[in-house]
Amino acid sequence: MNAITESVETRVARRQVQQTPLWKRILKRPEVGALGGVILVFVFFYVMAPPFRQLSALSTVLYQASILGIPAVAVALLMIGGEFDLSAGVAVVSSSLAASMFATEVTGNLWIGMLLALVLSLGIGALNGYLLVRTKLHSFLVTLSTFLMLQGLNIAITKLVTGNVATADISGMDGFDLGQRIFASSFHVFGTSVSIAIVYWLIFAAIATWVLLRTRIGNWIFAVGGQGDSARAVGIPVKRVKIGLFMVVGFSCWFTGMHMLFAYDTVQSGAGIGNELLYIASAVVGGCLLTGGYGSAAGSALGAFIFGMTTEGVIYADWDPDWFMFFVGAMLLLATVFNGWLRIRALSRSK
Amino acid sequence: MKTILRKAAACSAAIAALAVTTSLHSASAFAQSEHEYTFAMITHAQPGDTFWDIIRKGANAAAKKDHVKLLYLSNPTASGEAQLVTNVVAQKVDGIAITLAFPDAEETTIKSAIAANIPVIGFNAGTDAWKSAGLLSYVGQDETIAGKAVGDKLNKLGAKSVVCVDQQQGAVQLEARCDGIKDTFKGSFYVLYVPGYDMAATQSRIVAKLQQDKSVDYIVTLGAPFAPTAIQAADTAGSQAKVGTFDLTPRAVSLIQQGKLQWAIDQQPFVEGYLAIDFLWLNKVNGDVVGGGQPVLTGPAFVDSSNIADVAKFAKAGTR
Repeated sequence: MNAITESVETRVARRQVQQTPLWKRILKRPEVGALGGVILVFVFFYVMAPPFRQLSALSTVLYQASILGIPAVAVALLMIGGEFDLSAGVAVVSSSLAASMFATEVTGNLWIGMLLALVLSLGIGALNGYLLVRTKLHSFLVTLSTFLMLQGLNIAITKLVTGNVATADISGMDGFDLGQRIFASSFHVFGTSVSIAIVYWLIFAAIATWVLLRTRIGNWIFAVGGQGDSARAVGIPVKRVKIGLFMVVGFSCWFTGMHMLFAYDTVQSGAGIGNELLYIASAVVGGCLLTGGYGSAAGSALGAFIFGMTTEGVIYADWDPDWFMFFVGAMLLLATVFNGWLRIRALSRSK
Repeated sequence: MKTILRKAAACSAAIAALAVTTSLHSASAFAQSEHEYTFAMITHAQPGDTFWDIIRKGANAAAKKDHVKLLYLSNPTASGEAQLVTNVVAQKVDGIAITLAFPDAEETTIKSAIAANIPVIGFNAGTDAWKSAGLLSYVGQDETIAGKAVGDKLNKLGAKSVVCVDQQQGAVQLEARCDGIKDTFKGSFYVLYVPGYDMAATQSRIVAKLQQDKSVDYIVTLGAPFAPTAIQAADTAGSQAKVGTFDLTPRAVSLIQQGKLQWAIDQQPFVEGYLAIDFLWLNKVNGDVVGGGQPVLTGPAFVDSSNIADVAKFAKAGTR
């Protein structure tokens, strides 16, 4: 075991002496395949669908991508750390439901409602992490359970508190305007309306990329996901890193939940189911391995962008709506196959 | 002409049924002791949907008034809903009210309920299937008739190009609404599928459609929770398209009051839930079968700026 590690280290050391050219180093990044997929899908719809060429279409596509992309960034970090979170989709809705109900039914103050929702979201993340490290079960099972429990709680508590299955309209409350300006406003670029969610998404992806590549915590995340036992052996607080990652996902769910609340005023308690798979898919398309220890935060943004382009592109191309999901699936398959092919070529060529 | 006659017959059946129920309730001879019967209500509701909640409130109101015990069960899948029938038959309930959303899957288990001498009444979904499945009566909106009414309304309003927003691809009652509109509407017509209650995805798909086809001048949502999102999407896309919706929510009511939503077509879900349970009760205590072989129609009823004030106070209580 030792001998192997040593030989790998010496090989790496020797290559560093050789000074790998920049383009080769870029080609070896995990998100390269996804970038290829983005270009492929973009060119495809640019040719196939004339309405796709407008600037306003790009804004619509990016908006759809950002709503998936914000949680996907956090989910990518978690997956690099070696864990899954199936509860993220409904946790977004839990957060907006909590904020809305704390505000309208309990405290009468929107900001306190939002704060309590943040505490709740971080709490759900911490609970996921705590259950994981305590029970030592696979995160797939732990978060599947929290996913199902949250799904039930969302409906049961909403009904208990409001008597209905959707929350009341918050748009008349004090502080709504400011909240909307922060979380759900839009601004104009060259006459096109652009949602602020897109800006947050890019910022979050940039921060996460920086943390992963330039900080000690980033190294910890890679180590925890790649070789958990070795990581613990060299003194990395594995449990704290994992709980922390789940809480980051919790934060992203809260943030998305606040956008949904301020953008759409009321929340249907049955919403959010199925989105967790789209977050995971975005991260995986963006280069994360299902087994952990490898991946990219920026890649998850590209993955979400591919998904946004595909779902909207089918509409811009005016294809038969009965085939909608088929086209989306086929385009995603095409993009990911191309993505994988490109990644293998990039890795083999830079040997 | 034939359809008008049929509609009239069904309407009069409904009125007669209502009259019978009210007069029976006032007759103290039928006052029953607490929870003499247990009725099961089985639906294909997606959990957490406002619409189904109103149906349930109607069923509860009837159960309370008739002094019966109500078991409310739901499962959005075909096999799941059929399984629920088997379960309640095993529990020996005194009557079953069921939505025939998946007639083929449900028929066998319903036959077994009927064989066990349990009266079964259909409501909300299954206009074409309730008779062949052997149900006593059917309470609900004929979705095709409702769709046709919307098509006529759109013609009258001068709409040229309509997008119909469908939140559950493959659900028969939503397809029937679309087909009804397509049947009577004279302009161009397009169906847009959106994924359940994901409002961000719904919004961006509607925006994309409006950007793709700039001639769209009317959006019809097949569920009321999607109407506010459609209005917002039209705003984002800079489109002048107006919005109308099937079904009614408190939010839709306030949007009609503000003039942002043009109209809502109401199938009166409270009445569906209420009558389904009440008809079971009538059958048990008096052997009545309501409807005369015709569906008892609860809709379509248009809600717009002309009658919104009356409807608003009931919607606020969550019963319309």
